[in-house]
Amino acid sequence: MISIENVSKSFTLHNQGAATIPVMDGASLQVAPGECVALVGQSGSGKSTLMRMIYGNYLAAAGRIMIDDVDVASAAPREILQLRRYTLGYVSQFLRVVPRVPTVEVVADPLLATGAERGAALARAQVLLENLNIPERLWALSPTTFSGGEQQRVNIARGFAYNYPALLLDEPTASLDGKNREVVMAMIEEAKARGAAIIGIFHDEAARDRVCDREIDVTGFTPKAAA
Amino acid sequence: MNPLLNVGGISKFYGHRIGCKDVSFDLYPGEVMGIVGESGSGKSTLLNCLAGHLAPDTGAVNFDTRVDGMRDTVTMSEPERRMLSRTDWAFVHQHARDGLRMNVSAGGNVGERLMAVGARHYGEIRDQATDWLGRVEINADRVDDRPTAFSGGMQQRLQIARNLVTGPRLVFMDEPTGGLDVSVQARLLDLLRGLVREMNLSAIIVTHDLAVVRLLADRLMVMKDGHVVETGLTDQVLDDPQHGYTQLLVSSVLQV
Repeated sequence: MISIENVSKSFTLHNQGAATIPVMDGASLQVAPGECVALVGQSGSGKSTLMRMIYGNYLAAAGRIMIDDVDVASAAPREILQLRRYTLGYVSQFLRVVPRVPTVEVVADPLLATGAERGAALARAQVLLENLNIPERLWALSPTTFSGGEQQRVNIARGFAYNYPALLLDEPTASLDGKNREVVMAMIEEAKARGAAIIGIFHDEAARDRVCDREIDVTGFTPKAAA
Repeated sequence: MNPLLNVGGISKFYGHRIGCKDVSFDLYPGEVMGIVGESGSGKSTLLNCLAGHLAPDTGAVNFDTRVDGMRDTVTMSEPERRMLSRTDWAFVHQHARDGLRMNVSAGGNVGERLMAVGARHYGEIRDQATDWLGRVEINADRVDDRPTAFSGGMQQRLQIARNLVTGPRLVFMDEPTGGLDVSVQARLLDLLRGLVREMNLSAIIVTHDLAVVRLLADRLMVMKDGHVVETGLTDQVLDDPQHGYTQLLVSSVLQV
């Protein structure tokens, strides 16, 4: 489902003396449907950078990033948008929303974007919010004023609203209490069971051991000259 | 899928100065493209060339018309272009007063565009106008008030209603949230986003506000000194800018 071959990345800072910082070289990995792979490596080793490249948020300098039959590294914006709508989900660490939009709409949004019927999309959003223990009285409010943990749970609900065949999870269990962590773990297991290919970053080792089938150490992709 | 708009090699010179130079892109149905850049970068010149307000010196603006398919709007006759700008195109000005008739009632402002495409039944026009005022969150009891009696944010929403009532397929927006305070901006952005999805609109939004494009635009075009220096997926351009100017632009935004 996800196949990455020889991906490299560097940042060129034009306004700081055109400094070029190579951050990744020769990154390769494969994830099969129903499999969950953890990216590991110390902070700054490029886990999030790799994940962002897979999502098309960062441009890859070289290599191929195949999701299904689309090469994110060379696809046009329109193709990537299509991919993000129907194939590739991403739960980032931070929730970014339009002010004023109610929480339940924020969660239903990815479903509505795929053309789902409005009533069904909202119903699904309500189930997810309920499972993630967001009190019903908050559903009609914008999540901009919620606590960090609540925002993260809204973000997770949003990321799981549509059943993407491929999922990227950036620290989905950070800042969650035991009960909610358990809910998220179950959601990930459920996604795996329906055949989703998942790449995750988990600092929580117990969580990682439980849901991930393999680990990939991204420090192996650190450019040799910079190491 | 065919592009709704196909722009090739648009240039506009003011004497020997460059307004915009050699701009080409495709816009597909339902796609929203943002054009960002500092004042004087040529983004408004470009928008006005695309919308037929300025005649470009070179290039073509091909639009997928309902009847004849792809037509170059630069070379089509003035009446044809005017018809297009009343039906399939809409233009939202930064200053609502440039896009509204200030001494005609709110309902009249919306109704006028309907009448321009042949609507004649007063009751239906009024109903549709009232319906649209509701959609842009203007109370029905304000339908007979003139826009001079409206706040800036309301005027802007009225302008949007006037533009969208004929069900256009392509909307040009020039700094649609400029000059409004932030809470009013948020409301307008939310409204625009909803309408874009509901009506499957394609839009080109010129702005210098990166937060606006992040929320509204699928794709981004960055302009400097009349040239396009970078294009791409909005979040990619903002989070991983490649060109020095874009990097400067992104890093200049104040964090709140």
